Amino acid sequence: MNILKINGLTKNFFLHNANREIHSCRNISFTLDEGKFLGIVGRSGAGKSTILKCIHRTYIPTEGDIIYNSKAFGEISLASATEREILYLRNHEIGYVSQFLNVMPRTTAKEHVMNALTETGHSVHEAKEKAEKMLDYFRLPENLWDIYPNTFSGGERLRLNLAHTMVKRPRLMLLDEPTASLDDQSKLLVRDMILSLKNENTSMIGIFHDLKFMDGLCDSVFNISEGTFE
Amino acid sequence: MQLNEKPVLQVKNLTVRYGDGCPHCQEKLEKNRCTVCGTVWAANDVSIDVYPGEVLGIVGESGSGKSTLMQSLYFDLEPTSGSAFLSGYHNGEDSIWNASAAEKRNIKNCVMGMVYQNPVRGLRMDYSAASNIAEKLIAAGNREAGFMTERAKELLTSVEILTSRMGEAPKNFSGGMQQRVQISKALANNPSILLLDEVTTGLDLSVQARVLDLIRRIRAQYGISILLVSHDLAVIRMLADRTVVMLDGRIIESGLTDQILEDPQHAYTQQLVHSLL
Repeated sequence: MNILKINGLTKNFFLHNANREIHSCRNISFTLDEGKFLGIVGRSGAGKSTILKCIHRTYIPTEGDIIYNSKAFGEISLASATEREILYLRNHEIGYVSQFLNVMPRTTAKEHVMNALTETGHSVHEAKEKAEKMLDYFRLPENLWDIYPNTFSGGERLRLNLAHTMVKRPRLMLLDEPTASLDDQSKLLVRDMILSLKNENTSMIGIFHDLKFMDGLCDSVFNISEGTFE
Repeated sequence: MQLNEKPVLQVKNLTVRYGDGCPHCQEKLEKNRCTVCGTVWAANDVSIDVYPGEVLGIVGESGSGKSTLMQSLYFDLEPTSGSAFLSGYHNGEDSIWNASAAEKRNIKNCVMGMVYQNPVRGLRMDYSAASNIAEKLIAAGNREAGFMTERAKELLTSVEILTSRMGEAPKNFSGGMQQRVQISKALANNPSILLLDEVTTGLDLSVQARVLDLIRRIRAQYGISILLVSHDLAVIRMLADRTVVMLDGRIIESGLTDQILEDPQHAYTQQLVHSLL
């Protein structure tokens, strides 16, 4: 079953101060089956992150459509869904992970993961229990749980990002170069985590610079520059 | 979050005008001032919805109409036209701007909470912190001293003010503490919506972080809706689910906060985002 269908997606940015249009990605089409991992490759600036941001609706697509098969709404166009529908999907079904950490000030690692749940109506007790389980699952050392994460290393930040997103059990995960600037050891850890998420039937789209990393991990690879599948 | 929920607050076509207006007013506006008759359109056909548990951010430069919207909602100024519906007032069926004076007082005391940029407007500086909260409780009909003391203790503790200082007047407090007392006062009668007008402006960074953290906790703890006015995009990024951009009294763009910040469509919003340090 398709969980995501992208038809003729084009994204341009119009910069008013320069009176110029920047073309990011053009006429992209692909589908993603439930429980599968799709890797996106292509040269820098080809529009890989743009595709993920259009799916997450951080960017508004210029043309084309993104049809997501939602548990709550059935087939829904992510390009034209209301803001409230998108917020619901972000809270319950679609997760986005990047290498950058966006944490509220004075918030510890554990609170950051708990907030993902308390802000969507879960009790503090339940959020605490689930957050601890998730931090443990992503192997973030327990002595870091009560520390503000702005001192964390790249690998620790990534694991915290993954825990923050995964604690909501999304059906579709968007991974935007999460392994950039990680050492080989940390990359292996991420690889293991992606494999266990796959085993739990999470559908994923990922962008990774390291082609070796994607080897054997992806069910299919979409080359954005050529518009082909490998 | 339930998708079928009704908005807690709905503002429809709010217009606040200083001057009589003229037939050319809408066509010949230079910024928000008519070049023919000089009428100033402080808010021009503004409509917003705020849903349960949501934070709606409002950004814009000085004079864009952000505070006019807040002050109209809190009855600090009278709108020229438009309507505003609160789920806590007549089940959202009648505009609060048509309410009687007594009903307006009740809305201000029990249905909405307001936190001003300048604590002097929201607090009685010579009364103790506890008395400031008691004042709100009394206005809502409470008369029992024991209950009011306990409630003041509970609220001040939740905003991290030591109960040992609850007898002190806010004029002796720091700016950040005054802001926190103002927030606790606004929460006294469990309002369904909190109006926050530039609450972190003028505070130093560490105090700002403390206030932001407090607002986030209040939202999670009480499930309260928040209308957050700020010119600081970092504050909006951290707290708001959706954001409305105002310019010259009008709404020029609205959307999900990350979309407004990363893919702004309007020339002014782009300029605003590109000015972010």
